[in-house]
Amino acid sequence: MFEVIFLQFLNGLDKGSAYALIALGLTLVFGTLGVVNFAHGALFMLGAFCAVAFRYFLTLETVTVDPTKLSPWGQPVEVREPLVQAWFGDFGAWLVNYSVPVSLLVCIPVMLFVGIAMERGIIKHFYKRPHAEQILVTFGLAIVLGELVKAFFGPNPHPQPMPDTLRGAADIGSWLGMRAGVITYPWWRLVYFLFATAVIGAVFAFLQFTTFGMVVRAGMADRETVGILGINIDRRFTIMFGIAAIVAGMAGVMYTPLLPPNYTLGMDFLVISFVVVVVGGMGSLPGAIAAGFLLGILQSFASMTQVKAIIPGIDQIIIYLVAVVILLVRPRGLMGRRGVMEA
Amino acid sequence: MAKFITSRRTVLKGTGAGIAALSTPYFFSKGAWAQDFCNNPTGSTVTIGLNLPLTGTYAEEGADELKAYELAVKHLNGEGDGGLLNVLKPSALKGNGVLGKKVQFVTSDSQTLSDVARAGATRMIERDGAIMITGGSSSGEAIAVQSLCQELGVIFMAGLTHSNDTTGKDKRRYGFRHFFNAYQSGIAIAPVLKEAYGSDRRAYHLTADYTWGWTQEESIKAATEALGWETVATVRTPLGAADYSQYLTPVLNSGADVLILNHYGNDMVNSLTQAVQFGMRDRQANGKQFEVVVPLFSELMAKGAGESIKGIFGTSNWHWNLQDEGSQAFTKSFGAAYGSPPSQAAHTAYVQALLYADACERAGTFYPPEVIKALEGFEFDGMGNGKTLYRAEDHQCMKSVLVVRGNENPTSQFDVLDVVQEVGRDVTTYDPSIFGGELGDAEPVPTCS
Repeated sequence: MFEVIFLQFLNGLDKGSAYALIALGLTLVFGTLGVVNFAHGALFMLGAFCAVAFRYFLTLETVTVDPTKLSPWGQPVEVREPLVQAWFGDFGAWLVNYSVPVSLLVCIPVMLFVGIAMERGIIKHFYKRPHAEQILVTFGLAIVLGELVKAFFGPNPHPQPMPDTLRGAADIGSWLGMRAGVITYPWWRLVYFLFATAVIGAVFAFLQFTTFGMVVRAGMADRETVGILGINIDRRFTIMFGIAAIVAGMAGVMYTPLLPPNYTLGMDFLVISFVVVVVGGMGSLPGAIAAGFLLGILQSFASMTQVKAIIPGIDQIIIYLVAVVILLVRPRGLMGRRGVMEA
Repeated sequence: MAKFITSRRTVLKGTGAGIAALSTPYFFSKGAWAQDFCNNPTGSTVTIGLNLPLTGTYAEEGADELKAYELAVKHLNGEGDGGLLNVLKPSALKGNGVLGKKVQFVTSDSQTLSDVARAGATRMIERDGAIMITGGSSSGEAIAVQSLCQELGVIFMAGLTHSNDTTGKDKRRYGFRHFFNAYQSGIAIAPVLKEAYGSDRRAYHLTADYTWGWTQEESIKAATEALGWETVATVRTPLGAADYSQYLTPVLNSGADVLILNHYGNDMVNSLTQAVQFGMRDRQANGKQFEVVVPLFSELMAKGAGESIKGIFGTSNWHWNLQDEGSQAFTKSFGAAYGSPPSQAAHTAYVQALLYADACERAGTFYPPEVIKALEGFEFDGMGNGKTLYRAEDHQCMKSVLVVRGNENPTSQFDVLDVVQEVGRDVTTYDPSIFGGELGDAEPVPTCS
């Protein structure tokens, strides 16, 4: 039984990593700009498609027709040669193999640009408008982005292979002195958890230990006073929007080997991530992280056969059940500030 | 002045002659006794409605079905190389449309959702004037649309649907299925599993939580338990679940040594890929190699699953590299048109379109009850599955079924499946009464508004 519980705990950490990364960006935008950004899930999806597009370019091929060989339907066979391998040899093959992690380098500038363009182009016009209007416009934006991706990449998922060295499962049981094969867990899911931890740590360190971060935190606490001191807080908040977009995008990139992305990916994660933010407390960064992992773990345990035997279907509703309870008992969320979204 | 005298006999003769004279045109116009039926084509064209999952979990199959229907329409209208029109036996098809009317089609994206499929079919019947609805890649959709078609008096030629319920408890007089079903998968695959993995196995089922998943789980469970296998657990997963990690981890320490994935389309690609990531194909359990079985899969799914599918057993309705005349003719036509071989979904879609057209030609009318009569009990050959019977009792085709295996050494991107065994119609035929259900009546024919 210990093995089963331990494995579900690992699953929870893995799911929680994705929830926490998306919720972190969502709450960062709400805490700085006061905007409820329903297009944040679309940023996760766009990040995933950075990986898809990067691999597409890496795997472009030259196609030549071999008239001496015929396919079963009587057409000359096409001979395909990967371009990158032809140009760069072993390095090209390595690039293709590691396309997912390498595409993080592509994702960062792309998402920074997308984030800043989104904030300057649309969202800044809604700062002083009611939250309902912000939700409507960002939700509309998410639909537009989804449809754009569908137009370019089609409706179907695009599987992204993980690097060969990270295929298969780690024998965690043997690390803990147990019999081999008792507790095994996929390498890439462990990598994703470590990646999420590193990104979350980096964002917190950036806010905590840099002057830029200090000003942003001051702006989050009292925007007007920071403005009176002559600091252009709006520009810093715009950059924070870009950083939130990068975090969401990188989370999307690294998730692609676990779940082949399609244009609905953003919506699939958005609703859960929004619930995570509400449970953690709107605008609270530690709250978003804690709630992300908490809900991920709860969802995993709710999927256990033993639990579902007692309450059928609990795995599908557990997250929303927790949200309802939290909203009834503590409307500002687990770590939310008093008065924020309580009314 | 002559006296007009008449007798009873004269009146009867006159009345009889009058009736005969008035109805003469109808005697010589077969099927014209009931012109008032839904979307009776009066012009030079006839429209069929293609209800296809172009988005959603089964979108790959939907896209391939659309290609097949486009090809079928071309061939019916006398364009292209004629495809299976040349090999269907017996055939009343002439290559000049259907009953002299050029075939055209309208489409609707069912999004792999039953309610959307039903709404799309309604729209194509009521707005676009579709005489027949066909397509689909989900049993949920098929059952929903079949029921609607029965209500509206429009024939439904199902696409890919594998649930026992489609021609079992939910069968309808206006619905016809060429594709095989879960029960036939169980009959076909069980002996192969016994030979490959023995009779002392413990199986764990992950099952898509809707009609197809339930009936496949039931059929495969019954077939494997008959071999002596024990079923450790049957766990339901939501359709389109995407992340299966929380369902896969309990398998690892459940005592099972076989994982049976009752998933299809993208669900199967995701669950199988993730099962392999969890190291299931490298495990030993109960002193045996851990195995994964996917009772129903297609070449499209095999392509999506890539390396993960190699060596995995399943069943299939048809495969493009079969060597019979019909399979080769269809593969050649489809390959020449689209540059890739057809999937089993494309094959069943194409065959259904031709069988409907042929039934109309044989009936001499589009009047649905007559077309239904022409399809019921129709025995044909040349369509790639050997001699096939459209069984009258449940509108299920009785034909051979393929046991397939993911190809360990593919020679091309299309060479993803090996046909392990072609299980004959005599083996896969079963008693139609075991699944219950009522076909209902063909007449009176409802008239759509």
